[in-house]
Amino acid sequence: MKRDSLILSLLLPAVLVFSGCQTMLTATEMVTTQAESIGMIDPSHARAIKKSTGAVSRSIEEFTPEQEYYIGRSVAAVILSKYQPYTNQPADQYLNLLGQTLAQASDMPEIFHGYRFLVLNSDEINAFATPGGHIFVTRGLLRCCRNEDAVAAVLAHEIGHIQLKHGIQAINKARVTDALATIAAESARTLAPNEVAMLTETFGGAIMDITTTLINNGYSRSFEYEADNAAQTILRRLGYDPNGLVEMLKVMGKNLKSGGNDFAKTHPAPQDRVDKIQQKLDIKYSPVRTPEARQSRFMMAVGKI
Amino acid sequence: MFRVRTFLLVLIFLCVFTAPLFSATQEFLSVQVKVGQLRAAPSFLGSVLASLAYGDQVALIEDKGAWKRVAIRGGKVKGWVHMSAITAKKIVLQAGTADVKTGATSGELALAGKGFNAKVEAEFKSKNKNIDYTLVDRMEALAIKPDRMQAFLKQGQVNLPEEVAP
Repeated sequence: MKRDSLILSLLLPAVLVFSGCQTMLTATEMVTTQAESIGMIDPSHARAIKKSTGAVSRSIEEFTPEQEYYIGRSVAAVILSKYQPYTNQPADQYLNLLGQTLAQASDMPEIFHGYRFLVLNSDEINAFATPGGHIFVTRGLLRCCRNEDAVAAVLAHEIGHIQLKHGIQAINKARVTDALATIAAESARTLAPNEVAMLTETFGGAIMDITTTLINNGYSRSFEYEADNAAQTILRRLGYDPNGLVEMLKVMGKNLKSGGNDFAKTHPAPQDRVDKIQQKLDIKYSPVRTPEARQSRFMMAVGKI
Repeated sequence: MFRVRTFLLVLIFLCVFTAPLFSATQEFLSVQVKVGQLRAAPSFLGSVLASLAYGDQVALIEDKGAWKRVAIRGGKVKGWVHMSAITAKKIVLQAGTADVKTGATSGELALAGKGFNAKVEAEFKSKNKNIDYTLVDRMEALAIKPDRMQAFLKQGQVNLPEEVAP
């Protein structure tokens, strides 16, 4: 019996790859029922098989894009209670034109409410992305950019964090389990008031987990490198100079103050990121070549920020 | 023991080889974004034929990389939609509908407005009065129209590839 479970647990993931999960579930259920009816396996065994395939599909269940959006809205609201917006229309317009264009070249161009960008009035070198598509960049970080290709790299890196669901993964695992259990119960009926209260408490905890990670602790180094790789893919697809990110990181290396409560604390050292990128892409640094029209619109919007 | 193992082998065989048969039947997908676009071509530069609403069902016709050709309104309108805007899960707008009663499992079903939603946000807001959503709402209004985006691409000599591989 134990050995069968082992075989099943080893083979199921492989089968899931070959056929869609949906097909797998339907097929498993049909065949298992069939086997049970002809007496090939006993009912308890049949139940166990049905249950274990169900568990596989539930464990990969994630929050819907709509729920990620609501989590993101509150994370954005918390960030905006700690940082003031710069409130400069040309800068915000430019960031949204550039950022929303970049998002369309990403692997996840469509999210529930789209991607939105905002400049924060802070000298810190910082940027934040919420699971709902809200992306914030400080004036301090924009000052590390000498051309549009560099700004594109900054925004594409943040889009990368959203696309790779890094924010959602910052939520405490037990909280995710709690939330999904309460939410699953909701498919059959509306939630009782105490359940709404429970869900709100979990929600508040999730917002805290994400904002603490974004503002204080930072993601793991591997998440940062993954976001850099995603950024490079986006930039390449659109035809931006891959040296944009390298150049921005070099300026950042000069501008960052050690002990600062910003990228100095939450991100790998700029030079380490440059090394990883160059190693990955096998590129040698050469100064960014950007067309004149691209450079003049960059200068107009954020060049003197 | 032998029977069980034979059964498992048969099960796996069937799953692998019958998968194409299952997918050959009409496949329906649900729109999982607030507002989706049905386009004339598999690209964000393709003109918009129709707007899709959250939870709308579309019938899959053809796959092309990250883009799916789908039909809406009983096949009257056909066009392209990016795969990130749709899901294989059926999205039901309200709890208590027929689909819920037939006992579809949560893996097959996603309820719109379920879980973390506007109601939970309102409750959270009432407990955290120092958090202000006005600026978030203002930020969310910063949507860029497709024609402005195309002009931006052209001016900056940047190209959005026709088809972005998944």
